[in-house]
Amino acid sequence: MPDDAVTAQKSQGGEVPLESLQDPHFLQNLRQQMVKFARLQLRDEDLAEDAVQEALAGALKNADSFARQSALRTWVFSILKYKIADALRHRQRVIASSELGDDEHREQAFMDALFKTNGHWHKAERPTSWSGPQGGVQSEHFWRVFDACLNGLPEKQARVFMMREFIELESEEICSQLDLTTSNLYVILYRARMRLRKCLESSWFSPDERKTLRKEGRK
Amino acid sequence: MMDCKKATRLASESQERKLKTGEKLELKLHLAICSGCRNFAHQVGILRGLARDYARGEEKAPPQDQPQDAGKSSPEE
Ligand SMILES: [Zn+2]
Repeated sequence: MPDDAVTAQKSQGGEVPLESLQDPHFLQNLRQQMVKFARLQLRDEDLAEDAVQEALAGALKNADSFARQSALRTWVFSILKYKIADALRHRQRVIASSELGDDEHREQAFMDALFKTNGHWHKAERPTSWSGPQGGVQSEHFWRVFDACLNGLPEKQARVFMMREFIELESEEICSQLDLTTSNLYVILYRARMRLRKCLESSWFSPDERKTLRKEGRK
Repeated sequence: MMDCKKATRLASESQERKLKTGEKLELKLHLAICSGCRNFAHQVGILRGLARDYARGEEKAPPQDQPQDAGKSSPEE
């Protein structure tokens, strides 16, 4: 139980960090984010719940060293990443590793729809310039769109992309964990990025959306 | 000349490995004349940034909020 941690001593920062752990709203919120995060990667309700539970328990043991909620959040997520990597490692043996995983035929069709036979973009598919997604317009709504786009990735692409970009594993590590060749890894990441950017562009960065985005930014 | 398929492949791979000098040059030449691929190359970087923000709990913690020793000690135990 977290009670021990909650009644533990104060932080070095002199603030009142442990309040946050007694704040049911904060904890509930954090937990929800973690479950969502774990579920996306593990695609298994039970495994996700387990990983979150373990990560939270581990984090609460050290909770006294956190001065702020945001620091605690960062810490908890870094532990969760380890738990997820661990769970993936175990599950890897269960997943039949067909060379590139996801339906090769469907993937080819997806690419063919983007490029002409001469290898250049179809006009309608040509990426356009995104305005300012890095500049603090990452609203709640944007993250919902991002979430939906991630969920739209074929399973293997989603897993590899998240290992690379969320857990920030190096290529070699992903290859050995998932038993992939380097060139397969590159192809999978390429496809994942292609799908993600297309999804984001059409559901968020399309010219119409951009107008509303600018308006929001002005508020 | 390099086509867009190849150029986008290389732009994506540059996130995982250092491109060879020849590849870099060819890619650069292609990007100079192709706005679609230029946008793509920019977007793979943006995707990385977004993914990391998202993974950090969708909220950027100010740097001074980093827990002490969090990076060094193992969170495993
Ligand atoms: Zn091009």
